[in-house]
Amino acid sequence: MKELETMLELKNVTKVLGNKLILRNISLSLGEGETLAVVGPNGAGKSTFFKCTVGLLQPSGGEIILDGEIIKKKSVAVKKKIGFLGHESFLYSNLTPFENLKFYGKLYKVSDLEHKSMNLLKEVGLYLFRDVPIRSFSRGMIQRLAIARVLLAEPNILMLDEPHTGLDQEAVALLNKIIKEKQKNGKSILIISHDFEQVHTLADRVAILKKGVIVDTIQLDGKMSLNEMKEWYDKVVMGG
Amino acid sequence: MITILTDALTIAAKDLRNEFKTKQTFSMMAIFAVLVILVFSFAFDPTNNAVKAVIPGLVWVITIFAGILGLNRSFTSELENDCLTGLRSGPIDATSIYLGKVLANFTIVTLVQIISIPVLFILFNYRFTGSYFWFILILFAGTLGFIIVGTFLSALSANAKNSEMLLPVLLLPLLSPLMIAAVQAMRAALENENLENAVSWLQLMSAYDLLFFAACLLLFEFIMEGS
Repeated sequence: MKELETMLELKNVTKVLGNKLILRNISLSLGEGETLAVVGPNGAGKSTFFKCTVGLLQPSGGEIILDGEIIKKKSVAVKKKIGFLGHESFLYSNLTPFENLKFYGKLYKVSDLEHKSMNLLKEVGLYLFRDVPIRSFSRGMIQRLAIARVLLAEPNILMLDEPHTGLDQEAVALLNKIIKEKQKNGKSILIISHDFEQVHTLADRVAILKKGVIVDTIQLDGKMSLNEMKEWYDKVVMGG
Repeated sequence: MITILTDALTIAAKDLRNEFKTKQTFSMMAIFAVLVILVFSFAFDPTNNAVKAVIPGLVWVITIFAGILGLNRSFTSELENDCLTGLRSGPIDATSIYLGKVLANFTIVTLVQIISIPVLFILFNYRFTGSYFWFILILFAGTLGFIIVGTFLSALSANAKNSEMLLPVLLLPLLSPLMIAAVQAMRAALENENLENAVSWLQLMSAYDLLFFAACLLLFEFIMEGS
């Protein structure tokens, strides 16, 4: 099998918050075009792991390298390569979908912004609502717009934090369709999720984070069934 | 540097667009300012010439208290849908967020002043005989200092449980040197005498603005990490 170019690499990353050690010596890599899912029980440090990876928190030790550059809080150029879809939409309720995209597009210095925004709104099925303030939107519509926001800057890597939470079936299907399209286009994707079904559908590799440590990783490659994956998880997390 | 300013303008434009679509905070600030003037006009006899002496103080009372209403919303509005995280995870310097917020808050407070100060003069039957140039310059320097410190503290208190109460408690003591200078300078400018006095107070205000601007700019990044 051809060795993948490394898109994201964590080297001995530790994070201390207050006097609590949240992440302990995490070393993990994500290849170009690969989809890695990080799963784990509540309190395992998934959110802290994610915040460090997107540059919201500075690791207390070790380093995170994205596309050859170390991610730091001030790494403006590196952050441009990251498409971050969080728990929340990061969208302004009083603004319309078009205004929201235009705002983020300007911050990400997107060229041909108007044209790209309109195309993305068509892609996520919100073109007809482009001038309606999003406060009246359903959770599914807001999440579709959040996906458009993430894709607007054409990031090299997608970082998705619980992307399927609270979505209806239609929105889940659309999100998965977009993720699979990006996989085909060779984009790297990092997913943090509790949803084993979606992880099994989308990920090439799964890592388990437990008490701030990556305790095991497994290659799915379409050979492992969902039940086998769940059994593996239970065995690693609960020890049986 | 240009990128920081461009991003700051983008953030300020977004904030102003957001505000003027609903006019929630602006109208609340304007109504509050006019109500304060009304209360003072009932409390003091506007026909009494001695009352004119309170005008410089009243200009700053309405600016500070109406301004605090807007400052309270400045960062708490970013907490809805976790927009602040959206900004922080973007390819922008934290300084841009601070500068953008300062610009937006300054614009809104200035608009409130444009409405409320003429109302103050009308209700107190005050005939402006002072120097417009000095009056506007002092108003600008005082308001800018207030917004520089207020925006910083608004970011600091946004995540606190009682942010609405915390902001004035933190802000008012820090503003006292600026306000003492602003009231004295405005008195000199409105009376159109002792302009040298006004210049000295204005120099103090400018020093305050510069010092706090530099400090807030440097420290803002640490606030963002903690939020």
